[in-house]
Amino acid sequence: MREWKSARAVLIWVALVLAIGVPIAAAAASEQLAWRGPVYILAGFAGIIALGLVLVQPLLIGGYLPGLPAYRGRRAHHWIGGALAVAVVIHVAGLWFTSPPDMIDALTYTSPTPFSPFGVTAMWAIFIIAVLALLRRRLGLRLRTWRIVHIPLAIVIVAGSVVHCLLIEGTMETISKAALCALVLAATVKVMIDLWRRRTLRGESVPRH
Amino acid sequence: MTNVALDRRSLLAAGGTVLATGVLVSAFPGLLVPARADGLAPTQSMSGGANNYRKGAAIVERIGKGGFWMSGTVRRAGDGAPLAGQRIQIWAHTVEGQEHEPQSHGATLTDKDGKFRLEMPQIIPIFGQPHGHLAYDSGEFKTVFLRPVMRSAKETSLEAHFVLQPA
Repeated sequence: MREWKSARAVLIWVALVLAIGVPIAAAAASEQLAWRGPVYILAGFAGIIALGLVLVQPLLIGGYLPGLPAYRGRRAHHWIGGALAVAVVIHVAGLWFTSPPDMIDALTYTSPTPFSPFGVTAMWAIFIIAVLALLRRRLGLRLRTWRIVHIPLAIVIVAGSVVHCLLIEGTMETISKAALCALVLAATVKVMIDLWRRRTLRGESVPRH
Repeated sequence: MTNVALDRRSLLAAGGTVLATGVLVSAFPGLLVPARADGLAPTQSMSGGANNYRKGAAIVERIGKGGFWMSGTVRRAGDGAPLAGQRIQIWAHTVEGQEHEPQSHGATLTDKDGKFRLEMPQIIPIFGQPHGHLAYDSGEFKTVFLRPVMRSAKETSLEAHFVLQPA
């Protein structure tokens, strides 16, 4: 039983490393890189890493990662959230440096590329959550209020990032990209269902005062 | 003061007329649309078309080492007559340089049939789409910036068509 548990733990971590590592490795092998400057390359990989972090976030909150249950998982979620915001800043700044007019079009929602508004909307959702998370204690937001704010924005981030990424023709290899996007969606749907179930269970068992 | 008599019968009649017109228009959309005396409509600039534009790119035989063909036509709005000798500027992110770099820019002139064709390096995807940029900005007609997108990054040619209106 214990052996199975530790084997399962190893499998889950290996799967996570592969889910994020394979798309990054495949993009690193892309022939497109030969014709890009270092800043553009950095911006692109910051975007891919950001998508990988979007996969980690629901896994941490759901407590699905062995060794990181509830409390520790939530602390890690905070730090990964900060890293996600930093990755997005690098992504946008690098693209701005590469081609300012294209980035301005994207940020002002006037871009001809259909994926831009999805990415920009997800970016704002990430920034809003990051700022609110920093101010949460000062604002005195309770867990319930926090979730009412965070969950819809989390859905915006996941949906926006996945559509953004899938519509882009760039360095990412198609199959590993689609697989990563599918995992992000699956992890998000699972954690939403679990959170909702836990809430209803608690609502039934704990009497209200 | 005028007394407007609106009895039920005239209201019904008016309503019926409106209704009938609506049905007619939706069934035969050509009926109430004015005849297209204007003919060929001018091409509008595409969003993002002017990005990384450099004024006054030189007329060249070929941009860089070539291997990719950008072609198209230039016609006059209204009668669609081909416009000869019109200067079209072309630029893109290619295997030989980024969009904003001078060596990625060049210009060509249309022939007597209003056609243009310029060889340039292979276009590659930039900002998520393999696309090129073209501009007409010589002043005789209204300036137009185009940004055509390739169906696949593997394609080795791209077309763009201009219909110009007097400035």
